Amino acid sequence: MIRRSYRKSLGVGLREILAVSVAVAVCTWGSAVLGEDSCVTCHAALPDALGAPVEAEKAGVHAAAGITCADCHGGDPTDEGPTAMEPEKGFVGKPSHAGTPKFCGRCHSNRAYMRQRKPELSTDQEDTYYTSVHGKRLRQGDERVAVCTSCHGIHGILPVSNAKSPVYPLNVARTCARCHADPAYMAPYKIPTNQFAQYQQSVHAEILFGRRDLSAPTCNDCHGNHGAYPPGATSVAAVCGQCHAVNMDLFVASPHKKAFDQLGLPECVTCHGNHSIQRTSDEMAGTSGVAVCITCHTEGSTGYKGAAEIGKTLSELASLLSEAKQQVSLAERAGMETLDARYLLQEANEALVQSRNLVHSSDPEQVKKAAAEGQKKAATALEDATTAIEEVSKRKRMLAIPLSLIGLLILLLYLKLRQIEGAQRGLAS
Amino acid sequence: MRRVINWFDDRLHISALIDFLSHKSVPTHHHSIWYYFGGVSLLLFVVQIFTGLLLLFYYRPGPDSAFESIQFLMARVPFGWLVRSVHSWGANLMVLAVFIHMFSVFFMKAYRPPNELTWMSGFVLLGLSMAFGFSGYLLPWNELAFFATKVGTDIVGAVPVIGHWILMLLRGGEDVSGTTIGRFFGIHVALLPLFTGAVLFFHLALIQRHGITPPISKVGQPSPSLPFYPNFMIRETMVWLAVIGVLITLSTFLPWELGLKADPFKPAPAGIHPEWYFTFMSQTLKYLPPSILGFEGEQVGIIGFGVAGFLLFLTPLLDWQAKRGNDSRFFTAAGVFALAYVAVLTSLAYLKPY
Amino acid sequence: MASEDLVGELPAPSSTRRIILNALLSSSALAFLATVVYPVIRYIIPPPGAESDTNSVVAGKVKDFPANTGKVFRFGSKPALLVNGPDGRLRAVSAVCTHLQCTVQYRPDLEQIWCACHNGRFDLNGRNVAGPPPRPLEVFDVTVRGDDVIVSRKA
Repeated sequence: MIRRSYRKSLGVGLREILAVSVAVAVCTWGSAVLGEDSCVTCHAALPDALGAPVEAEKAGVHAAAGITCADCHGGDPTDEGPTAMEPEKGFVGKPSHAGTPKFCGRCHSNRAYMRQRKPELSTDQEDTYYTSVHGKRLRQGDERVAVCTSCHGIHGILPVSNAKSPVYPLNVARTCARCHADPAYMAPYKIPTNQFAQYQQSVHAEILFGRRDLSAPTCNDCHGNHGAYPPGATSVAAVCGQCHAVNMDLFVASPHKKAFDQLGLPECVTCHGNHSIQRTSDEMAGTSGVAVCITCHTEGSTGYKGAAEIGKTLSELASLLSEAKQQVSLAERAGMETLDARYLLQEANEALVQSRNLVHSSDPEQVKKAAAEGQKKAATALEDATTAIEEVSKRKRMLAIPLSLIGLLILLLYLKLRQIEGAQRGLAS
Repeated sequence: MRRVINWFDDRLHISALIDFLSHKSVPTHHHSIWYYFGGVSLLLFVVQIFTGLLLLFYYRPGPDSAFESIQFLMARVPFGWLVRSVHSWGANLMVLAVFIHMFSVFFMKAYRPPNELTWMSGFVLLGLSMAFGFSGYLLPWNELAFFATKVGTDIVGAVPVIGHWILMLLRGGEDVSGTTIGRFFGIHVALLPLFTGAVLFFHLALIQRHGITPPISKVGQPSPSLPFYPNFMIRETMVWLAVIGVLITLSTFLPWELGLKADPFKPAPAGIHPEWYFTFMSQTLKYLPPSILGFEGEQVGIIGFGVAGFLLFLTPLLDWQAKRGNDSRFFTAAGVFALAYVAVLTSLAYLKPY
Repeated sequence: MASEDLVGELPAPSSTRRIILNALLSSSALAFLATVVYPVIRYIIPPPGAESDTNSVVAGKVKDFPANTGKVFRFGSKPALLVNGPDGRLRAVSAVCTHLQCTVQYRPDLEQIWCACHNGRFDLNGRNVAGPPPRPLEVFDVTVRGDDVIVSRKA
């Protein structure tokens, strides 16, 4: 009976049978003499898929926590023979794809157990999973959707904080992309597969991969992880607002919120895009070619005028600030003191950041008010630096005094010399 | 008034000195103009001592204070910019004047007996001037100075056998750091002035002893001469005034920039160069192949300059012709070659920095 | 001029011309000397507000900082923030947000340091705890000497 199930499940040939026999001989000795886990001793000698987990599992967080094969797969690790894997001994073997969440959930959804072993970990992953698109489709019998192991791996699962884990922030996007960027695999779902390619071009990816700054968002920061679900049009701002809180507040209070909702426009995404979101520029506000305002606001409308005003205010402050910065470093290199000017630049920069935020209020007056403060500071800094540089040319004019005295002295000395030498010649003759 | 003067004169014997000076004479010929450069070097040395003392009022050595104190000096202290600028320009003009002085003496073959020691002490003074420049360059602790010092001491480190030892001694460790400022500061304001004072005294005393030497081509000819006092001295004073005029004009119109504070962990910025009077050497090292006859190219270059310098030092002993009063064409040619070499390599360093 | 004696013995072409020239010479020499001495004297007199030490500053008096308040003060060319926490302990951090260099402030209601620009938050030790700031704020040392609260850069 056991033998038959073995042959059925694996389709083993003669070679394997031989290997198994040798393995059984070796492991019988091993577990008997050394008192080792018979799953490990026997499977270590087995080829391929049956032996690989032994090594793989060693690196994982479960092995480190002392969780054995039998803790997940059942069976009796003290039994030295194949009888260890009889269903009567609690053996469950390999979970089915659809059964995986429940399989992991035996521990991970068990609050009492987790509290003992790893109290900081939440226990709602399985519940949340079934609220996700993945979970819902799995319930409907779709065997192609992701389950726990699709993202976390199987044997040798690593904690999220481990840089080698497939769900470490730097690896999440690639992990999702294994399915979501595969057009053939995604074909039945009729959803795009270019998200990963787009994301890689985004400012978020630039910060995450370029600077290795883990605070930058990857797929799960917007879409959720266990409960992954695409955000609806009216909840985009809430998603982005997790980090961009000030901009969200300003947007929600602005007339755009209502208008976008009515038109069914996806809030932030309407202007900034989603996966391929780019670093913003002052030109995005305004009425120039790259400005996003003019996609809706046509020339002559109030909105168009407001956009033009906002754009002009921002670009004026930005250019004044960069001019002032240049002048200040020029003065600094010349050895002039720039502490005051530097402080003003710091304040002007803050005003620019604030004005850029206030674009989300869509109110030109608010933007202008914040920018005016910055204009004043930047202009003062520019003036200070210019005065400092002019001071250098004032010195040039002052030079005339000692130089003319030197000229006069040389002239007088020359006259004196002529007088003396004239007298000397007179004396000689 | 006259009584006061007499009182002092009785005790100081100034009139005796004036009498001595007025009996001293300076040969006049169409190369006389070169005689002024020794005096100009002396004037600039005095200017350096004077402005250096003033800088000491505000300068604070150390990696956290050197740059800041110079910044403060230039921005907040009245005329601080002028003092620093004059000190920097004065250093450059002084080295230039010393070079001109040396070459003029060389071409007049004025090192001939009995002036051998005058020449040798002068050569030492040239070396000391360059050491002044090298050690002073680092003190503001700006980016350019930091990396130039790094490269400069690296070259010293390439000297065979004792190089690394000297490098450690100069830097006060493996790298140019805060310790290096302390050492360079000590060298610049105490060690070098002390040495230079002694050697300069020796040099000037020898000149008083032997008088001013006419060019070798005029030997044996009756040559007109000018009393040192007052005729030459008034002329020299006029030259000095002109030099001071040039110095303050340069300092005002091309004020020495402070630059950016040195950051040892930043990569070297483009355009790193030592003071101009070192560029003919650094440029040569750049052109040398990595290996010459199995020796490291840089080491060959350094040894080459060492040998050349030593030969220059020994010139009075080597020039047999000059000893007999003959103008040696070989030495003139060697001098022209050296001058041309320095001029070409220096201009290359500025025209083609990379 | 010490040349008087020597020149005096020579027969002068014109005594008045000589006297005028000497007078001119000595007065312009004195004037030139003055242009040297004046800058030197100005130079050696220490300028008002002696060297601003960039490594420490007096942030204010102890009584300026009641518990659970914060005050932004200038530290060199940058703002800094002194916080008297709810625990009555003085702490000082750089007030330049590590995100986009806005000036942060103390929010008594949050008992946190807060940046108005993008809602970044830091704890009282300058650690970034919420929002976009990628790094903690630079922490300064605080010492109380008499009534003065002195903030200095960590050595």
